[in-house]
Amino acid sequence: MPRRKRRGPSSVDEDSELVARLRAGEEQAFILLVSRHHAAMLRLANSFVSSTAVAEEVVQDTWVGVLRGIDGFAGRSSFRTWLLRILVNRARSTGVHEHRSVAVGDAGPAVDRARFDASGAWMSPPQHWIEDSDDRMHAEALAGNIHRTLAELPARQREVVMLRDVDGLSSHEVCEVLEISDANQRVLLHRGRSHLRQALEAEMERA
Amino acid sequence: MKVLGRRDELACQQVVELVTDYLEGALSRSQQRRFESHLQGCEHCTEYLAQMRATIRLTGRLRAEDLSPQMQEEFKDIYRRWRSEAS
Repeated sequence: MPRRKRRGPSSVDEDSELVARLRAGEEQAFILLVSRHHAAMLRLANSFVSSTAVAEEVVQDTWVGVLRGIDGFAGRSSFRTWLLRILVNRARSTGVHEHRSVAVGDAGPAVDRARFDASGAWMSPPQHWIEDSDDRMHAEALAGNIHRTLAELPARQREVVMLRDVDGLSSHEVCEVLEISDANQRVLLHRGRSHLRQALEAEMERA
Repeated sequence: MKVLGRRDELACQQVVELVTDYLEGALSRSQQRRFESHLQGCEHCTEYLAQMRATIRLTGRLRAEDLSPQMQEEFKDIYRRWRSEAS
């Protein structure tokens, strides 16, 4: 039995093997697939619906859809992309929150304009805190800060940042899952990451 | 050509808006050259880019907890219901 990969983005090969075993009727392969993708699915579902309870229903509902459709999965996209697309469709049709109309989210600058002079040069430049941010002493505060900031981001930014930076999807996969253009994906990623950097900066300067 | 700023140089304020495109490899060759030549002469923007990389790294450390035994049971039920439906 292959070892379950507990950390890091899921590997495509392991998914393919588990899908083959699922098709062959192995229950344990199903549980392993669920385990591998559960966290990413729940995070994404949470971004579309109003409560964790509803998000969990969307995730379960998605897996029922996966079981029914697994024989039709052609493998043109990765299993994960296929899975997350089903999830997004279910979450949208649950429709508690409808985010499709929100194109890009807020349009603020990456850095407050007041920190640059009239020529656009830094007046209040970034301080050096990167090494400190790797310090174990700050780990918990920073993780909490990132969680809070993610929760406060406009939904689309949050979805893109989580899929890219937490779940490790490629930009191509994110575009497929969320049905957005490459350019749109980059704008959302840029705004989301810029917000997170600002939040970390504030946290590190407080520390 | 003086498209942006004097002598085609990027201003810091423009650089911070191009960071993601740079990291994504989405800048044109000439934009990338201007971006990198700005970085060579600007320690603050170099620091900024490093902070963005640190932000990505720190965000990547977030992990949700594993599937609880209770939830595993729920998913086993889902599977078993589907099996009995399908057969």
